[in-house]
Order: sequence, then C-alpha cells, then structure tokens
Amino acid sequence: MNGWSGTILRVNLSTGTVSTQPTNLKDAVLYIGARGLGDKLYIDEVDARVDPLSPENKIVFAPGPFSGTLAPSGGRYHVVTKGPLTEAIAGSNASGLFGPELRYAGYDALIVEGKAPEPVYLWIRDDVVEIRKAAHLWGKWVPETTEMVQAETDLDARVACIGPAGERRVLFASIMNDVHSAAGRSGVGAVMGSKNLKAIAVYGTKPIKVAHPKAFREAILAACEAGSRNSAGGAGLKAYGVDVPLDVLNEIGSLAANNFQQSYIPAAGEDDRPSALPSSPARRPRGCYSCVMRCGRISKVKNPGYVSQLAEQAQEEGLAVVFDRGIDNTAAMIQSNQLCDEMGMDPISLGATVACAMEMFEAGIITVKDTDGLDLSFGNSAVMVELTRKIGLRDGFGNKLAVGSYRFANSYGHPEFSMTVKKQEIPPYDPRGIQGIGLEYATCNRGGCHTKGYTVAVEVLGFGESIDPHTTADKPFWVKLFQDLTAAIDASGGCIFGTSGRGGENYAALLTALTGVNYSTEEYVKAGERIWNLERLFNLQAGFTSKDDQLPERFTTSPIRSGPAKGQVSHVPEMLTEYYKLRGWDEDGVPTQERLRELQLA
Amino acid sequence: MAKVFMIHPERCTGCQNCRMACSFSHENQFRPAAARVHVFTSEREGYSVPMMCQQCDAAPCMKVCPTGALYRAPGSTLVEYARDKCMGCRMCTMACPFGSAVYDSVTESILKCDTCGGEPACAQFCPTQAIEFIDENIATRSRRRAFAAKFKSAFEGTRP
Repeated sequence: MNGWSGTILRVNLSTGTVSTQPTNLKDAVLYIGARGLGDKLYIDEVDARVDPLSPENKIVFAPGPFSGTLAPSGGRYHVVTKGPLTEAIAGSNASGLFGPELRYAGYDALIVEGKAPEPVYLWIRDDVVEIRKAAHLWGKWVPETTEMVQAETDLDARVACIGPAGERRVLFASIMNDVHSAAGRSGVGAVMGSKNLKAIAVYGTKPIKVAHPKAFREAILAACEAGSRNSAGGAGLKAYGVDVPLDVLNEIGSLAANNFQQSYIPAAGEDDRPSALPSSPARRPRGCYSCVMRCGRISKVKNPGYVSQLAEQAQEEGLAVVFDRGIDNTAAMIQSNQLCDEMGMDPISLGATVACAMEMFEAGIITVKDTDGLDLSFGNSAVMVELTRKIGLRDGFGNKLAVGSYRFANSYGHPEFSMTVKKQEIPPYDPRGIQGIGLEYATCNRGGCHTKGYTVAVEVLGFGESIDPHTTADKPFWVKLFQDLTAAIDASGGCIFGTSGRGGENYAALLTALTGVNYSTEEYVKAGERIWNLERLFNLQAGFTSKDDQLPERFTTSPIRSGPAKGQVSHVPEMLTEYYKLRGWDEDGVPTQERLRELQLA
Repeated sequence: MAKVFMIHPERCTGCQNCRMACSFSHENQFRPAAARVHVFTSEREGYSVPMMCQQCDAAPCMKVCPTGALYRAPGSTLVEYARDKCMGCRMCTMACPFGSAVYDSVTESILKCDTCGGEPACAQFCPTQAIEFIDENIATRSRRRAFAAKFKSAFEGTRP
C-alpha cells in the first residue's frame, strides 16, 4: 500500500490482548489519517456519553500519511479520546518523533481500550507488541520515565508517556513524547493515567511506500519553496521561535494579562517589549520531523532564585504563563513551563487556572486560609512556580486547582471568573480585540482553543492575507475555512506552523503523489469539513447544544480597558447565526441532513 | 579538489530530514532504518549529531574486506561498494570505528554513504546546514571564521 501503512493496532489493557486489523481504505481516503481517521475509529466504537476516566473510554494514537515522510512539517500525530476537562471530543496534536515511528512500525493507528489492573507500558517493535509491568516507573517524571523506558527497550525507541499529573488525573494532564513534545489539551494525559498506562515505546524498521516518487519530490520542493517565500511566517518562526505573535498582539492591544482584566502592556522601551522577555536566556533551536523551520527552543536560565534550567519554550504556553498571571519574570515563566513539560500538564490551562485563582484572591473570594498560606497576588512569580508543582502533584491547594478553572471557580459560586469555553481555558489572544479568534474559541469542537481555527494568522500576523481584526461580517467565512483546512492538515500529520505560504493545493498535491489517490484541493478541504462535522455530531450526542457555543460574559459585556483596542467587546453572538448557515447547520447548530449527505456522513 | 562532508552538530536540530532524504533518494520510499546517515540525540539537553561514512583514506573497512567489495577507484576520494562482490560477512561493520557501515537484511547488502553521486540528498534537505558537502580546503572555514571574529572584537577595544 502507498502512503498509508495498512494496519491498525489494538491493545486491550483489561484482558491483556493485542490484535491487529487492516486499515479500512475507504475510511482512510475520506478521513485521511491522524485526527480524521482517529476520530472515525474512536467515534464508531465509543458512546458519546462515556465517562472519560472510566475503563469504557478508549484512546487512539494516530499519525497521518505525511508522518515519517519528507512532506514538509509533516511529522505529527493525534491523540483522540473524550476529554475529562471538557467532556467533549478531545483531539490533541503533538510533534516530535513518536508519530513517525508508529508508521515505521507499520501502523496507521493504535487503539488502547480497557484498563490495566496495575501500571503497565507498551513496547511496540514492528509486529512484536508487549505489555510490560511499569510499577517501577509510576511516579517518575517525564524525562526520567523516557530514559528508563529506552534503557529497557531500545535506546532509539521513541517514547510517549505521562508524568505525575496524568497519573493523578489532573484534568488538564498531557501526554508527552520525546521528552519535550506535548499532546497537551483537554486532559488526554488523565485518560492514559486512568487506564494505568504509563508509557508507550515504539521502534520501527518498515518502509513507507510512495505512489509517485517523482511527483512527490516535486510537490515537496514546491511546498518548501512556497514556505520560504513567506517571510513573516516561516522565517519569523525560524528566527524567533514561537514568540513571533507576542509583540504584534500587544501592539494591537489584545494580549491578555491578569485573567483578561488587561489586554495591553505598555512598554517603556525595546527591552520591555513582550518578546524581549523570553529571548534573554540563551536559546538553542530544535526541529521536528521533516520541518525546515525548527521553531522549538531550548532555553538555559541562570538565575539566583532558580536552579539552571533547560526548558523547551513551547508556543502560547509561554504567553499564558507570563502574561495571564502578570508575571514579568522570564526565569519563573521558563521554570513553570518546564515543570508543565516534566510533570505532563497543559501550560495554557494551567496558566489560565492560576490566573483565575489570582483574580478570585485579589477579589477576596478566596483567602490565604484557602491557599495553604500562599499569596496569590498577580505578579508573584515564586507562587506561580510553587503552584505549578502543587497542581501537578495534586498537593494541598493544588488539588483544588487540578480540576481546571471552571470547576474551581464554580465551586465557590463564581464561574464568571473562569475564562473557558466548554470548560477549557482559552489562551491570551483577547477575543474582544480579535473577532475571528473569538468565534473559533466559541465553536471549536474541543472547547476553548485557538489552534484548530487560527484566524490570528490573517487577523494579526498577516500570513498570506491581512484582514482587520475588528470586523465581523467576514469572520464566519474565515473561521470555517481555517477550521476545515486545519482539520485536513491535522489529519495528514502536518503541522499548522508549516502552513505559512502554503495552501490547500500544496497539501492536496503532496497527498495525491504519496497515496496515489487523486485529491483535488476541493476534496482535500472537504475532508476537513467532514472531520469537523463528525466531531460536532459526537459533541451533540454527548449533550452539547448551541448554548455551549459562547464566550464567558466578560467578553461581551466588559470592554477592553486600555490600549489600542480600548472599548472593544466580542461580537460572537452576532456572528454565530451566519457561521451556522455557512456550515449548513440549522439555527440550533445541528448539521442538516443535506449537508451530512454532501459530506458522506449520512 | 575533493569535496568532503563537514558536520556542524551545534546546528543540528534533530529533525531527521537527512535520514529520510537519504532513504528516499536511494529507495524511493521512506525507510530511515536503511539510511546511510545516522543522527544521535540527547533528548533532555536537545543536542544532536549527524554522522555518516567518512570515506577514510586508510579505511579499516577496506582493509578487512576479504573480497575487495569495498574499494577505492583510482583517483577517487570515495570508499566504494561493489555489491556483486560482497559475501555478507559484515566484517566491515565491525571494523568501522564510527559504526557508519551497516548491514541491511532487507536488501542483503552493506549500507554506507556513497555521497549520492556528488550531490548528497542529506545536505540538500538539511534545513540548518548542519551537514555540508564542501571543498576540503574550505571545509573548516566557518569554524575558523567564527573563532577569528572573537579576536576581531578583542582588538577593536584596544586599537589606539
């Protein structure tokens, strides 16, 4: 078979059995792989009302056809399950080397079901799959777990694992692979922890076959060339890592701070610019599979208050950690981010949960009596680091925050302090100053999320196009386009950062040459729309309604207080009707039979 | 003047493009287990080193080969491999101090870098020029230049 590997691996942890089944080629063509095929496999088998942390839930690890090939920025894989944080479909995308290695072992997806009677890890070496005891690994943090598993399996094995946060079911625990890459959102790590699955190690030697090698090579070079022509995107990410948005966001007054009470940080000079903060420690670039941009950064920090640290600076995690909590201390930010990496937690949800608690503390709703004596004033960087550790271990006050900001704030009768959609925390792009991303937050299938419909690329960063962040009439169109194209790229195993300068036509050409299946640009984007609707149907069955497609009240009723976007509010409610219409949904946000038939979902 | 591989591990980001490019250009499929270039990474520190056959002048692999399957053609800088002469004893894999000669059971042959006929795919696809294929005389130029720059800045402060 060309493109796809042709086999799905299934491990039942309750019975200890391992089995395989052939990849359904019709599904592979319609859903492509990774997020799409993962969704299809998961949704076909799991009841939408399942308890996410019960043995009845399943978890799918799926790379895409691009993963393991030279398709530019194509080495990613997707984790699909039901998220304990949101109780909606959870789809978390990660980089590193683990996804491609699953392909070299010969698999398009790994389905894990049931629950092991005691901690275990999986060791997958091509066709040989073992379920091994992991009691000696339980409690270990991510880097140590990775190294110990490699020592027992293969030094070149790629390892995905959870840290103490996943073991203790912090509701926003992540699954880390290759030490620094994260399947971060919605608590997928807690699902793995609930199954007593500590780690998965994989090593593969099988080939990925290409239908039309010459055409594939040409499509790769065309995509690389297109990417390098876009200086803002590719070059910016290459030069500065993922801090590229910081300054621009602040310049338009939409960089959230102090739990979205502020959206603008006045800078006295060059050194005060938001992007100046993370660039001060020495940073070395890291790259993922088949990518030329290498936007990862390893930072080394020497600071009297903290031990020298090495931490990969991942995307908006940096933003959430620094700005949402009013923390200006670079070292503290890096250390908190590193703790998230090493304990296996989502820094976006962590940052926003602490920010929520800090606002509640400053408002007097919680006091030092509730917080183990910690002073949760905004700007207290030592407390931020301490709380990160306590949350990851569910220790003391950390246990209260480990359920996320919505459940925490709601337990005090004040859910309005939680900046979440479908109980998932939003990152610091202020939706009052950027209308399109607000609509994405409100409608994203996995809850408050920016990556699955990143209109910031055109509303703020000018990647390819530049549109006004304050307009609303055009935004439903843009949000739908980004959501559909992103879903298709996610399903291919591609990275969204890799899209700068490249369009659907590049990806369709790559997929066609690789698989031998003829994808037009239209069919490629339609696959994305199909995936989006499949996820929507799952959420509706799980009990979500159009009432859940909205932002917290602060964004529609409290205008931005200062800065270039002063006075702005979000207009999501006005955009929603048009969005549903474009999607072919009725006024309750339910896909019509007509649209489902067009998408071959009915 | 011959070209040689020059690696710059400090530029390597661990992206694996070189292994995939090598595999793809030799076999038209992606089987990095069969790549002739190898990348070693320390994940925690984020440090990687790409390595391939050094085409040694006094190559140990040539010396131990009993059939002459590994040889140097007159005037060539490369250690070449004649599969039809190879008997699969794998002594070369044991002789190479860098581990750059590898036995592949799928093709029943020794895999070692052949510089892709003078236009190595790994160097072409490396996004950071951590792998360079460069004239031997200027191979270390970037290192010399980087170090000389330190003297320049030292002198600039003291010039009368």
